[in-house]
Amino acid sequence: MASHMSTLGDRPATMTLMRKLRNISWMLVVLIAVTAGVGFMMLYSAANGSIDPWVTRQFVRFCIGVALMFFVAFVDIRIWLRLAVPIYALALALLVAVKLMGTVGMGAQRWVDLGIFNLQPSEIMKIALVLGLARYFHAVPPEEIGRLRWLIIPVAMIVAPATLVLLQPDLGTAALLIAGGMMMLFLAGVRLWKFAVVIGGALAAIPFAWAHLRGYQQERILTFLDPERDPLGAGYHILQSKIALGSGGIWGKGFLLGTQNHLNFLPEKQTDFIFTTLAEEFGLLGGLFLLALYAAMLGYGFAIGIRSRSYFARFVGLGVTGTFFLYVFVNVAMVTGLVPVVGVPLPLISYGGTAMVTLLIGFGLLLSVYIHRDVQFPQRPGLEPN
Amino acid sequence: MRRESRHRKVLTRRALFLGGAQVVLLSGLVGRMYYLQVLESDQFKMLADENRINLRLLPPPRGRILDRYGVELANNEQNYRVVLIAEQADSVEETLEALGKLILLPAHERARVVRDVSRRRAFVPVTVAKNLSWEEFARVNVHSPDLPGLQPEIGESRSYPLGVTMAHIVGYVGAVAEEDLNGDPLLELPGFRIGKNGIELRQEDVLRGKAGVSRVEVNAFGRVIRELTRNDGLPGEDVLLTIDAELQEYTRQRLEGESAASVVLDIHTGEVLALASEPGFDPQAFTRGLTNEAWNAIVEDPRKPLMNKAVSGQYPPGSTFKVIVALAGLESGVITRDHRVFCNGEMELGNAKFHCWKRAGHGELHLLQGIEQSCDVYFYDLALRVGVDRIAEMAERFGLGRSSPFGLPGVRSGSIPTRDWKLATYGVPWQQGETLVTGIGQGFVLATPLQLAVMTARLANGGLAVTPKILRQSVEGGGETEPPPSIGVSRGSLSLVLEGMNRVSNSERGTAYRARITSKEFALAGKSGTSQVRRITAAERADRIRKNEELPWAARDHALFVAFAPIAAPRYAVSVIVEHGGSGSGTAAPIARDILLQVQDLDQRRRSRSNGGRLDG
Repeated sequence: MASHMSTLGDRPATMTLMRKLRNISWMLVVLIAVTAGVGFMMLYSAANGSIDPWVTRQFVRFCIGVALMFFVAFVDIRIWLRLAVPIYALALALLVAVKLMGTVGMGAQRWVDLGIFNLQPSEIMKIALVLGLARYFHAVPPEEIGRLRWLIIPVAMIVAPATLVLLQPDLGTAALLIAGGMMMLFLAGVRLWKFAVVIGGALAAIPFAWAHLRGYQQERILTFLDPERDPLGAGYHILQSKIALGSGGIWGKGFLLGTQNHLNFLPEKQTDFIFTTLAEEFGLLGGLFLLALYAAMLGYGFAIGIRSRSYFARFVGLGVTGTFFLYVFVNVAMVTGLVPVVGVPLPLISYGGTAMVTLLIGFGLLLSVYIHRDVQFPQRPGLEPN
Repeated sequence: MRRESRHRKVLTRRALFLGGAQVVLLSGLVGRMYYLQVLESDQFKMLADENRINLRLLPPPRGRILDRYGVELANNEQNYRVVLIAEQADSVEETLEALGKLILLPAHERARVVRDVSRRRAFVPVTVAKNLSWEEFARVNVHSPDLPGLQPEIGESRSYPLGVTMAHIVGYVGAVAEEDLNGDPLLELPGFRIGKNGIELRQEDVLRGKAGVSRVEVNAFGRVIRELTRNDGLPGEDVLLTIDAELQEYTRQRLEGESAASVVLDIHTGEVLALASEPGFDPQAFTRGLTNEAWNAIVEDPRKPLMNKAVSGQYPPGSTFKVIVALAGLESGVITRDHRVFCNGEMELGNAKFHCWKRAGHGELHLLQGIEQSCDVYFYDLALRVGVDRIAEMAERFGLGRSSPFGLPGVRSGSIPTRDWKLATYGVPWQQGETLVTGIGQGFVLATPLQLAVMTARLANGGLAVTPKILRQSVEGGGETEPPPSIGVSRGSLSLVLEGMNRVSNSERGTAYRARITSKEFALAGKSGTSQVRRITAAERADRIRKNEELPWAARDHALFVAFAPIAAPRYAVSVIVEHGGSGSGTAAPIARDILLQVQDLDQRRRSRSNGGRLDG
């Protein structure tokens, strides 16, 4: 991995497209394609051995996403630095828009109808938040990070979208936004005791927040704590998911032979619970193979982030990687019954357009960071204009 | 720049820390997967199988009920019905609308279907209409392309081909009630029916059979994907009765219009050939389900159609009981056949007068004449001499006053009083006047038509203790090969009483002479009985005893007759009781005569048909 990344020595202000193509981390692209391939297989199986209704549409989205990924990757990282704040502002505006005129689906307002397709702004916000915070910390003088007043803006940047998403209501995405944001704050060097204060405060607020949760959200948390309390109702998902995983064993039941999957015992088998289909049909080995793919991608992303020169690029690289990790971890932990079912898709595998495209755009940013890893940035542009 | 590089170090350190944390968390996931997929795998494999494999019960076909010649009294009939599978219908309402044009489908039924559909999963069939006629069923079948979601189905339902004729014997089946549940999963099947009365109830275990089991793979919504294994279970066994359906039909028709009961026995085996109770009911209606009005009409009918009067009706036997009193006198040595009594129409005992049915009196009578003319005073006198306890002892030898095991529910024991019984039951000593009343089969004496038929059989078969049987297989009462024990009454006494009964029917002075069988070959001997159900006051007696026809139905006398035939070689015993029917000789005797003629006639016809009597018991 390291040898791959240290081939270029010169630091051009601008690069030709050919150079960028040569410069790209092709290994990462291959890993993305392989993982997406696993996803198509599982969607094929979830549809009882048919490319309809999911594989075809997901493949089209993947192609669009990959095109966007390369586009984003080839755009100079400095342009992304300049666009970071507008992108964040746009994402926030979309969240407000979805609140005001979004489509209601499955009991929550999550989508805006853009005519040709429905957009889920909360997905875009995951990347936009990373960009926005990276832009902010890129500009903050390092010695000022420790001061509380410098934390007001980034905390507000996290809390505002998280609140809007929570109101949709989408507890899972809101939690992921907060977790991702806190990760960025942690990277920026915010003192640990401040996290302790915030976490302590959050714990103290639980009884208050509990009263404000929707019934189904309360139910999901209670059911998470004791899945057997309602095996036919809310606990059904977790229980059936664990049965699918457990009965898969080490070697799995074989491709297209998962009984839990094909007899429809698996809930949401094409979206949030698709990992169980994989683990049922390919067993522990299949699950570990996918986790290994993810780990490899995380490793690449992590190395790309560390390796970058500028703060902005580092924050973007590590932020995208961290967000990606959160998705993988929360989804797998959810379907194995370790955390409550909060509705988080499995990256690159779960059926769903916005998540797939957003994620590929995120990888595009990561690749851009990699391609432009040695680009010189203007020295500390500061927060003030110019 | 120094500060910045320090900051850079912080970032790198924290990035590495985060990376480490991610590795730890991912390892946690791997551990969790190892736990679920390796350590706990067996348990989850079992749960996965439990998920997908369902056991389906296959209800066994219910056994038939057959008469002694194999005529079906209860069988399983194909039942045409239409079910709706909501997921296959474009619109439930439209489909029901279209069906409503083909068959009668009332609005409330339509509403029920819509309600049922909304409560169940879309692939669960909901019954739309049942008990369709063949024409209706065919019409639905022809139009089925226009009725998306509807499926014509053929089910099995219990059918009683002879209807009301067999109602009290065969009984009926009905829905399983809460208290019937005993752990047999069959009983929990929706729509399963079990015996509620008659043979259907008493032979439930034989008729029901054993449930089959089908192991099927189902998906999460319960839809059957395929059958894995199948075990068909055991069909219910047929139950054979001793009843002769043809005779039963005749007997019931002969009683029709009355509130009455009759039992015909084979005197040698105790087999019940006919056992009728009128009015009856339509057992089919119970299988189909009764409306409230129909049910109330049955329950409130003063003639009690649901009651099997042949085994559950307890009546004062009246003068039919005199044969017992006579035997008690003869066997105890208190009297001989020459014992004479002078009847002047009444007998005084203390301050009370006890009247004979013939107000003018019979004059001097000996025993045979006493039986023949059913003189009350003769038997008052005899009862006084013998005493109630010896009468009771003799009655019990003939099966009265106690219930013997019998294959039908609701068998009552009647009652035969003794001194001790009176004291124990009422706390007051026995009165002599009560002995007199007992002597003519009134007062505390009660018997069922079945008991009276058994009594007659034991008289006619020479004093053998036959017990009544209704099951053809020797399920009850041991084997048929062993002859029943003797009841210990001497031949001489018995033939004397039988001669008395012969005179009742065949002597010109006999009470039932008009209801005799003229053909000697088939001639019957019997004993009439007319039992009062009200007290005749002295004032009424002084004025004029009102005739039965002048009284309201419920105040009229019960009419009884017991008889056997043919006299030369007795074979059949019959008892007839017509509630509030007037006089025994006038109302009951002709019915008994016709039944005895019919049974002997059937016998002859069967003999000639089968050329040698293969079918005789």
